Amino acid sequence: MLAGIALLGKETRMHELSIAHNLVELASTAALDAGVGQVSAVHLRLGLLAGVVPEALEFGFEIAAQGTPLAGAQLLIESVPVMVYCSACHETVLLANIQYFYCPVCGKPTSQIVQGRELELIALEYTTASLPRGDRHA
Amino acid sequence: MLNTRMLEIRQNILSKNDQLANHLRSRFEAAGVFVVNLLSSPGAGKTMLLEETLRRLSEQYRVAALVGDLATDNDARRLARSGALVHQIETAGICHLEAAMIEHHLQAWDLSALDFLFIENVGNLVCPTSYDLGEALRGVLLAVTEGEDKPLKYPGTFASADFVIVTKVDLAEVAEFDQHTTDHNIQSVHPGIPVLYTSARRGTGMQEWIDWLEIRRNERITSCASVSLAAY
Repeated sequence: MLAGIALLGKETRMHELSIAHNLVELASTAALDAGVGQVSAVHLRLGLLAGVVPEALEFGFEIAAQGTPLAGAQLLIESVPVMVYCSACHETVLLANIQYFYCPVCGKPTSQIVQGRELELIALEYTTASLPRGDRHA
Repeated sequence: MLNTRMLEIRQNILSKNDQLANHLRSRFEAAGVFVVNLLSSPGAGKTMLLEETLRRLSEQYRVAALVGDLATDNDARRLARSGALVHQIETAGICHLEAAMIEHHLQAWDLSALDFLFIENVGNLVCPTSYDLGEALRGVLLAVTEGEDKPLKYPGTFASADFVIVTKVDLAEVAEFDQHTTDHNIQSVHPGIPVLYTSARRGTGMQEWIDWLEIRRNERITSCASVSLAAY
């Protein structure tokens, strides 16, 4: 049991580290293209079915961001719930339990995932110094 | 005075991998090779199942396998005994395969000379889930010795799969395997997913699995052919 947990922890960290590298590559390219030298925060959307543990991704991000415009940036993760399409209700519905793919309204099984696999870089936050008008001498 | 600004991006973090995977998928379809990506925990019997699958399919088809392994080439050597083309991808500690690795290791092969290509992913149920390899089908293996609740522990993995193979059914009795609960749990995280029961050691369910693969391949090739005809 303990060995299993240790193994899961190890493989999870390695996996998120690899995703963090992809994230840093994508984000630093976008930052440099836009002339942003230092990013202060990174906004992500992470689906509950993406198989990514936020804490592990944060850990991986800290390492992967070193020496890039993302170094020291805050990782702001929005967790995205799973939505499925129910063909009986003709509606997209929220799945309360990701271990139970049944329509919460009519109880019919459904495997049409509409949302919940996201692993998306939404935006980069950065600060620019601009001097208030009339205070240019400061 | 400091102003906070936003630079909007809205892009999938693994978009580079996804683009390459889609490119590979087009290449596989154009060459007429049917690609299956197999995921499982370590020790679920992937290599044993694949060895037997390659041996049986080789009688009629041109078959190859790419084998992902953390450090050793033991699996590749075992699989090469089947007579199929086998190539090892040593990931040097990386816990999953990526589309770029597949592309790199395919360079020596003529895809149009193949009917089936199997990709044995690195053994674990978490990491390989996020990485599309351009496969036509993704399968998850679940050994009877692993416990019935595995699908509930890895819902993202089972939800992303196209089929499940329950392996080592010859050990079902010893492992006190509860088929009803397992079926229920698999269907709970992916309603309607096909489930096949096999024992590569005894040959149980192997013919059904081979037949199933042939049908899926024929369907794919027919639909790809009609798409390319429609393009004219």
